[in-house]
Amino acid sequence: MNNTQPGSMRRRDIIHFARAAATAYPLRTLLSILAMAIGVASVVLLTALGDGARRYVVAKFSSLGSNLVIVLPGRSATGGFNPANGITTTPRDLTVDDAAALLRAPAIQRVAPLMVGTSEISANGRVREVVAAGSTASFMPIRNFELAQGKFLPDEDWRSSSAVAVIGTTIQKDIFDNQPAVGKLIRLGDRRLRVIGVLKSTGQGVGMNTDELVIVPVGLAQALFNSNNLFRIMIQARGREQIEAAKTQVTAIIKARHGGEEDVTVITQDAVLATFDKLLGALTAAVAGIAAISLLVAGVLVMNVMLVAVSQRRAEIGLIKALGARSATIRQIFLTEAAMLSLAGAVTGYLFGQLGAWGLRWAFPVFPAYAPDWAVAAALATALMTGLIFGLLPAQRAAKLDPVDALMRH
Amino acid sequence: MALISLAGIERVFHLGESSVHALARIDLDIAAGEYVAVVGPSGSGKSTLLNLLGLLDQPTLGTYHLEGRDVTTLTPDEQAAVRSQRIGFVFQSFHLVPRLTAAENIALPMMLAGMPASVREQRVQQALRNFGLDARAHHRPDELSGGQRQRVAIARATIMQPAVLLADEPTGNLDRATGDEVIHLLEGLNASGVTLIIVTHDAKMAVRARRQITMEDGQMKADSVQAGVDKPPQTPTQSG
Repeated sequence: MNNTQPGSMRRRDIIHFARAAATAYPLRTLLSILAMAIGVASVVLLTALGDGARRYVVAKFSSLGSNLVIVLPGRSATGGFNPANGITTTPRDLTVDDAAALLRAPAIQRVAPLMVGTSEISANGRVREVVAAGSTASFMPIRNFELAQGKFLPDEDWRSSSAVAVIGTTIQKDIFDNQPAVGKLIRLGDRRLRVIGVLKSTGQGVGMNTDELVIVPVGLAQALFNSNNLFRIMIQARGREQIEAAKTQVTAIIKARHGGEEDVTVITQDAVLATFDKLLGALTAAVAGIAAISLLVAGVLVMNVMLVAVSQRRAEIGLIKALGARSATIRQIFLTEAAMLSLAGAVTGYLFGQLGAWGLRWAFPVFPAYAPDWAVAAALATALMTGLIFGLLPAQRAAKLDPVDALMRH
Repeated sequence: MALISLAGIERVFHLGESSVHALARIDLDIAAGEYVAVVGPSGSGKSTLLNLLGLLDQPTLGTYHLEGRDVTTLTPDEQAAVRSQRIGFVFQSFHLVPRLTAAENIALPMMLAGMPASVREQRVQQALRNFGLDARAHHRPDELSGGQRQRVAIARATIMQPAVLLADEPTGNLDRATGDEVIHLLEGLNASGVTLIIVTHDAKMAVRARRQITMEDGQMKADSVQAGVDKPPQTPTQSG
């Protein structure tokens, strides 16, 4: 290991010699290290961004609730255009009765109908536009809501409509100046309601921002919006392994209720998650690929720097040939120098990239900007490989120099 | 047996359409321990001859035996090994590596030969003492005087204990006094047994050698051996 062949330069000495050569020209060495560092840092940082986005979205979707199955009115277009859909009639509305019928399905634990519309809230002498959601008591466990104060909608008959509301924290702040809101009266549209609970702040979620939401019983929402159309039916399956069964049962029940017409779309959280996971994973890989181009550019720069080094050191190469160095030794010296430049650049870039990712996480704590391991490994390996590959030509040129010519030019 | 034996050596350079006979029909034997000066005007082929002797260049025709071994047929790596072990070079412009200290420059041939650091250290210390460079061991070439630089170069050329020392205008970049000092140093090495071949265009220096070879137009014009042993003769017999 230490001595590859009797009579040839020791690896340790080659490394010392190459290092001394690299540090003898600090500016060009620093510049090529910088180029390589920028390449590696951009891979690390961009993949941290991409993968951070993926983790963020996945985490947000997971926080929607567990074992979630969602029913949407109408055939989904995401499955592609199906000719059979073209001849069907306009989809029927999804109604509260449809939702109630789903409670019969054995794989289903909870069902919450969801109606959404905009309305005007006024209280405490203030008025603002809000998104009002009509649902039932099950909405809370299905969506994993937590309460800051008070309680959620009462578990009552879906047709009754108690004059109560649960509000988000932003509404509380805007209307009640962060004063306790539970027990206060508000006006929503033409209804007077009593605030019975305030949701805990969740920040920006997927779909709707619960901080700006007013939740009322579904019966009340129907009257408020004068409509029967549900926006969604939120369903919690009995377990993870029951999700597919729940989906099948839901489809069958709704189809039976809608005259044999399969006019709803049933999506599962897992499927949505997997899709986003794949999509953002691909995005991260693409971004990494783009950043890798800068590594290639850095490789070309290392080659240029090494070519300059070879012509700068012609006399030295001639000399060490005269002193008995083999071509292989000279090649090794220059390759080692190229590898050192690349390695130093890669390590510096890695540190800069991680520092940048740390800065991102510090500035945006909710955003998990961690570079994936595969990207870091690939960036470091690519940096070293390009350095070595682009170092080959200069090293070969140095090894082939005619010693007489190299010595005379001095 | 001669240390160096050249037979029918030709060296032709091709420059575009024309070809130049840098060396023609060279037959030359040099015994071990000889002190030879190669003189001649520029372009006479004396540097080409030295490069061939140093295995830095290949003859177009002819054979070169070094210590009885035909070295013209060796592979480049084998020739590199011969250069490493048997030949020492001293150049007009010293050719020290600027970023290495005097001690590191002297150690360079041993490092290239893969000798362990401990052996190198020992030999370098000895060489620094022998050449009066103790105080300058850790100075870089740009901190050394011309004479000191050439002494470092000579120390480097002899550190592998070569059979032959090839010096190309070793005093060309030095003033008279320093040049004399360097010549005395080389002659001292010759006295201790190393074969010394000096290329020079300085007639005064050439006559110090026991044997002078005069080159002209790539041919050996004269090859004269003097009777005097150590001291230079009063009148130059051959001058270029």
